[in-house]
Amino acid sequence: MADAERTPGFDTLAIHAGAKPDPTTGARATPIYQTASYVFDDVDHAASLFGLQAFGNIYTRIGNPTCAVLEERVAALEGGTAGLAVASGHAAQVIVMQTLLQPGDEFIASRKLYGGSINQFNHAFKSFGWNVVWADPDDISSFERALSPKTKAIFVESIANPGGTVTDLEPIGAIARKAGVPFIVDNTLATPYLCKPIDFGADVVVHSLTKFLGGHGNSIGGIIIDAGTFNWSRDKKYPMLCEPRPEYAGIVLHETFGNFAFAIACRVLGLRDLGPALSPFNAFLISTGIETLPLRMQRHCDNALAVADFLSTHPAVAWVSYGGLAGDKYHGLAKKYVPKGCGAVMTVGLKGGYDAGVKLVSNVKLFSHLANIGDTKSLIIHPASTTHRQLSDEQKTKAGAGPDVVRLSIGIEDKADIIADLDQGLK
Amino acid sequence: MCYRYGMNHDAYPDTYIRGILNTVKTIAMVGFSPNTVRPSYFVFKYLTERGFNVIPINPGHAGKEFLGCKCYATLGDVPEPIDMVDIFRAPPFVTPIVEEALKLSPKPQVIWMQLTVRNDEAAALAEAAGLKVVMDRCPKIEYGRLSSEISWMGINSRTLSNKRAQNLGGGFQRMGLNQAGGKKND
Repeated sequence: MADAERTPGFDTLAIHAGAKPDPTTGARATPIYQTASYVFDDVDHAASLFGLQAFGNIYTRIGNPTCAVLEERVAALEGGTAGLAVASGHAAQVIVMQTLLQPGDEFIASRKLYGGSINQFNHAFKSFGWNVVWADPDDISSFERALSPKTKAIFVESIANPGGTVTDLEPIGAIARKAGVPFIVDNTLATPYLCKPIDFGADVVVHSLTKFLGGHGNSIGGIIIDAGTFNWSRDKKYPMLCEPRPEYAGIVLHETFGNFAFAIACRVLGLRDLGPALSPFNAFLISTGIETLPLRMQRHCDNALAVADFLSTHPAVAWVSYGGLAGDKYHGLAKKYVPKGCGAVMTVGLKGGYDAGVKLVSNVKLFSHLANIGDTKSLIIHPASTTHRQLSDEQKTKAGAGPDVVRLSIGIEDKADIIADLDQGLK
Repeated sequence: MCYRYGMNHDAYPDTYIRGILNTVKTIAMVGFSPNTVRPSYFVFKYLTERGFNVIPINPGHAGKEFLGCKCYATLGDVPEPIDMVDIFRAPPFVTPIVEEALKLSPKPQVIWMQLTVRNDEAAALAEAAGLKVVMDRCPKIEYGRLSSEISWMGINSRTLSNKRAQNLGGGFQRMGLNQAGGKKND
């Protein structure tokens, strides 16, 4: 398929994007380039690489051929211009914000986020002088009200963790566009198989690769995808991109790298200087996982919907929060943004409150009690006693993780076995 | 949009771009900057390293040599045949450059306007004279994309292949435009 005339489908890209046969050996599987460094052809070649004048590999903290396969693959699946894989989803967020914000700047974030992101934004980022301003995705105008001259970005999750709620991306993206700031979407729970945020106005997409993209709970990783849509030079608000960089003898990255300048800036300024590089071995495992993403993700969704249906009529269950359920508050948005399914993650409110949550996680035999989502295995956690423990009761409830709440990540086992395990665990 | 001649300039097939980069040898670069951090210098250096004979055009630096390549003031001053004119100038300045290129003998085969440079009037002029035209693209990026070099930077090359990329020679990290076992313009 050397021609661009035929556009490959999603499932083909999941297998082939980024992974041509190895140029040196012809190896068809992506080799694990487990090396720290790469020899230069000569002194001039070294100078060209360090000056960003040539494409190529210098040192695995800045780039690695195995990681590059993963980067190109996810960029292709998301419909972006480029990607940068890093050590974790959290590292991806640090690098994105460090590229966009100066100390004293603000960014607006949806209140409905992964608890770890809420902590990162409230504490670690504030210590860098990057000030989060929270907005409510159920009240779109709250994003507009949160804007100030210091706002440098708007951040949301497409499907929000943990409640399986769906964010109305388009109007929030429109507010970002009008304000002249990039719209950043964490697409971890949906994956590009279910939703492509760039189609709905995202300028930057981030992922925890650890979850459904890798899919097997065996590797921590994160990625930043550049949509290539944002004009970094227009308002001169982003000096990492639109001003001569002293790190590179005065190169202006946006003018030099055009519609993939953001990904380059994250790599050659953010990753180079902050250092959270992804291991090539993890990149290999995650890329291999992505080859089956379309098959796994559909099965995750189908199983999750069956489980949500079952739990929604269970006598021990007060409520189920899952946008895939007909009648759920977010079902209309789910039909628009994630028509193939609403992912695998949901929260369940137990009539017995905190104690019932603790009891359920102790009783289950198939579900693993752990802090992760997006594994082939079904997973369960009681956020109030674990991931969201640091939040106040009010914050817990606002984040959809009150004391009665159990979070499930439905795996791809036989759905009858998953349902039977929950049924016995709730007795 | 409709065009009187030639290409759909909103979407070039890879075969078209690859064909051009496989054919041209001598490239005159109008708007060349000797400042080593400017995009034109990046492209000049990169294409030179990939085996192209790149001739810088800049009246302020005529007579000087850059990486062993002599700089000329105008296209008309270049004493050898030019296969492609690569234009690093804003759109309003492009038409006179194309008019000058069309007066050359022999005429160049290709007019290439850099990323962000698009001038449909100048393109039509060149295409009417039988030249190929590329607009709003960078030959460095296109070479990197079609050779797979750009994939090392995590860039979406928008290409899939079951053939391995070929080393250009002269180093480990210099790839050619053609794939092992592939036809030249695949």
